[in-house]
Amino acid sequence: MEHKNWNGFIGGQWQNEINVRDFIQKNYSSFEGDHTFLASATARTNALMKKVNGLFALERQYGGVLDVDTATVSSLTSYSPGYIDKKNEIIVGLQTNRPLKRGVNPFGGIRMARQACEAYGYKLSTKIEEEFRFRTTHNDGVFRAYTEEMRLARRCHVITGLPDAYGRGRIIGDYRRIALYGIDRLIEEKKKDKANLENGNFNTEQIRLGEELFRQIKFLGLMKEMAEMYGFDISQPASNAREAIQWTYFGYLAAIKEQNGAAMSLGRVSTFFDIYIERDIKAGILDETSAQELIDDFVIKLRMARHLRTPEYNELFGGDPMWITEAVGGMGEDGRTLVTKSSFRILNTLYTLGSSPEPNLTVLWSDRLPEGFKKYCAKVSCDTDSIQYENDDIMRPIYGDDYAIACCVSAMKVGKQMQFFGARCNFAKLLLIALNGGYDTTSGINIGPQMPVWKSDKLDYDGVMRRLDDYIEWMAKLYVNTMNVIHYMHDKYAYEKSQMALHDTAVERFMAFGIAGLSVVADSLSAIKHAKVTAIKDENGYIVDFKTEGDFPKFGNDDDRVDMIAKEITHRMITELRKTPTYRDAIHTLSVLTITSNVMYGKNTGATPDGRGAGDAFAPGANPMHNREENGALASLNSVAKLSYDDCRDGISNTFSITPDALGKTDEDRINNLVSILDGYFAKKAHHININVLNRETLVAAYENPEAYPNLTIRVSGYAVNFHKLSREQQREVISRTFHEAM
Amino acid sequence: MAEILGKINSIQTLGTVDGPGVRFVVFLQGCNLRCGCCHNPDTWEMGASEEYSALEIAQRAERYKEYFGNEGGITVSGGEPLLQAEFVKELFVLCHEKGINTCLDTSGSILNENVKELLTHTDHVLLDIKYTNENDYKAYVGCSFKRVLEFLEFLNQNNIPTTLRQVIIPSLNDSEENISLLNEIIKKHACVERAELLPFKKLCTVKYDKLGLDFKFKDLPEPERKQIDNLSAMLIKR
Repeated sequence: MEHKNWNGFIGGQWQNEINVRDFIQKNYSSFEGDHTFLASATARTNALMKKVNGLFALERQYGGVLDVDTATVSSLTSYSPGYIDKKNEIIVGLQTNRPLKRGVNPFGGIRMARQACEAYGYKLSTKIEEEFRFRTTHNDGVFRAYTEEMRLARRCHVITGLPDAYGRGRIIGDYRRIALYGIDRLIEEKKKDKANLENGNFNTEQIRLGEELFRQIKFLGLMKEMAEMYGFDISQPASNAREAIQWTYFGYLAAIKEQNGAAMSLGRVSTFFDIYIERDIKAGILDETSAQELIDDFVIKLRMARHLRTPEYNELFGGDPMWITEAVGGMGEDGRTLVTKSSFRILNTLYTLGSSPEPNLTVLWSDRLPEGFKKYCAKVSCDTDSIQYENDDIMRPIYGDDYAIACCVSAMKVGKQMQFFGARCNFAKLLLIALNGGYDTTSGINIGPQMPVWKSDKLDYDGVMRRLDDYIEWMAKLYVNTMNVIHYMHDKYAYEKSQMALHDTAVERFMAFGIAGLSVVADSLSAIKHAKVTAIKDENGYIVDFKTEGDFPKFGNDDDRVDMIAKEITHRMITELRKTPTYRDAIHTLSVLTITSNVMYGKNTGATPDGRGAGDAFAPGANPMHNREENGALASLNSVAKLSYDDCRDGISNTFSITPDALGKTDEDRINNLVSILDGYFAKKAHHININVLNRETLVAAYENPEAYPNLTIRVSGYAVNFHKLSREQQREVISRTFHEAM
Repeated sequence: MAEILGKINSIQTLGTVDGPGVRFVVFLQGCNLRCGCCHNPDTWEMGASEEYSALEIAQRAERYKEYFGNEGGITVSGGEPLLQAEFVKELFVLCHEKGINTCLDTSGSILNENVKELLTHTDHVLLDIKYTNENDYKAYVGCSFKRVLEFLEFLNQNNIPTTLRQVIIPSLNDSEENISLLNEIIKKHACVERAELLPFKKLCTVKYDKLGLDFKFKDLPEPERKQIDNLSAMLIKR
């Protein structure tokens, strides 16, 4: 198949089938140089950004939400076109008719939409209330099917943050397909897939798929209509770089108008864009300055994206994040690097537009990345604290070279795999419930296998582990079944039409489970094994505290005696989870990631044998507990690197903060040393790291005087936030974390 | 042969300011000097400290080999590592067997056969040259400057790459004259790759208080960053 808009591209399999990877491989030009070619922002970009920063300031003054359209249900064509400054925008499209105005999305649950409006002083319109009175939302469906035990698990916070009242997210449409093929071709292919269903038996799965394809096709049509409202015809392939970026953005825009998923990630677009940019530069219709300007305008649009959330939601996912995660760099299967000039350009937006948490720029790190790119990434980290790194060398063998990251650490092949998001289980609480024989002291709820409270005062390791095993077995089954309910209902009542239309019809699914409090549990079990831990009981005979005498190895010191306990816990959990079948035969995966919920999880968990007090925050993700690292930064990194990616395929998040002085004496030293640290950490087969290079004093100053630091960005747990957007409690927790300092 | 054990004060797995690149830094216990500006008074006495074999330390360092890149490696500091030269030599031999670059952070105040042997296994020396005249050495260090110059001469003869380091203490060695003298020393010794000036800091006051020791320089001011930058700019660059 040929198309005039493909002139200048090298042909291949991608012309005959939907295959963006093949197109990239045949056409991209890897770039091995350094960052000196980059252009700075144009006057137009600066003027537009000034306006945008003004809007951000106004949003802050309005308590974090500038405006809400309470009378319209968010969808692809439900708002008239919105602009920041129509004449001066190169890439267009906003979620609603005005910048930063938030739409209402009640498909996940009407109650959540109502509360979110009320939290910011708005009232959901009676029109929407009426409309949804006779409509089943995802939330309604889930609670119809939840068992009593599932409700209890939720209420006592042993499993929390489940997407049962909001969009599950973590699905990445292959938005690039619109640019490469145009909507008409995509519709044609989906129609073929639908027709092919006729050959099979019409069982439940087949019937469901048939209906889903119908809805996907309808939404592809709506994308075209939405683009037309902005004056663009996206039925055909993009003919130049500007169109390629615009078409791709329309796909993403459709997704965030339709869905308010927790993480609405972008995928892996920069090297794809680079092919179009290179073609235009060769044709003499684009130069470096205008290429950067295109990327800048695209990124400005991404920075405008917002969803309306409730305060409870913000406790779990602090800082108003969207997780517009863009995977940058990495290596190709043939050994060429996937780094292009546009990989640099998208990172350069942190300078041209200033530092920012969104998009969530994620560098896919490989030992073999070009030196110039490695150094540039390190420089960006030192200057902005805005990017994260993930190990391409351990992901590429599993997902190939066209995967992206959903949310923080969840890898998936773009357009070929998706996941059912499952938040996380509070493992520290599970340990306490086990010791109390199926009773949660914080909520007063009986749950799980009922047995006597741990009898003797002294805790012995083997005995505790045996008991914990029983509870892991119980929890794993309950967790899988709960997730099955949630995702069955999400597919039924809040199916992602736009995003799934941009996937292959035969999609592979993951079911992503998670654990929180890993370092608390590892240290607690280490204390039980290596020190003397005595249980302290209350008047009702329940264990409410512990007396721990003597020293014990702590996670974060590169000490196998405790690090192997942490590794073993994740292994036991995933092994147990795999025993219960999943909805739609999804592949079980496990993450060690908390977002900002480590604060809330800790608040709802009693004292633990490691010496952590009742209600104290957990460390985020897979981090060692704050300030328990005694042998310096590399020992801490080595401990986390020991956790197995094979057991934790949904990702292992580590957030690392180091002071500039501890990283080296000069800017050049700091850059080189950070490159060495990243090379070393990933050679140890670690999965992920957030890098912050800053002094604790900066955060303290920002805590005390937030107005003076409107753009202070910091990586927290798989994503970055504007520090001022965190709750006071979350800010304090971030300040209390370990900062690796110079001696 | 009885195994020589090293007296270790502490280990810092990430050091970026004690030698080239990313380094695993071992602080040894015990020092023969009592410098007025010392920021590690807890390393002075040999006394009670943990003992490890060279093999144990080398194996621990090896766990971080992936982080060292082309430049980094192990740095042995102190205290004064030359007091345990035999142990450090054994450690450096083992590190070289494992392909780990070795760096020694020393005052250069001891030069016996064991030390000479150790230096043949040392890839880089950080020589802490405290002052540039005999009087100050006598008054504030407690050893002769000549010994340090002899040490440096040995490094030069054996072509051991060296970084000269000096802590700049206001009113004692923050003069331009002192920098000229440092430059003279650099000129005479081809082994010196670079010189670094470090600001005198008083963060260690708490350590002295805890140990019940007198911090002799506690009343001297810390230098300003700008002064360090200005003096550094005068240093010969190689």
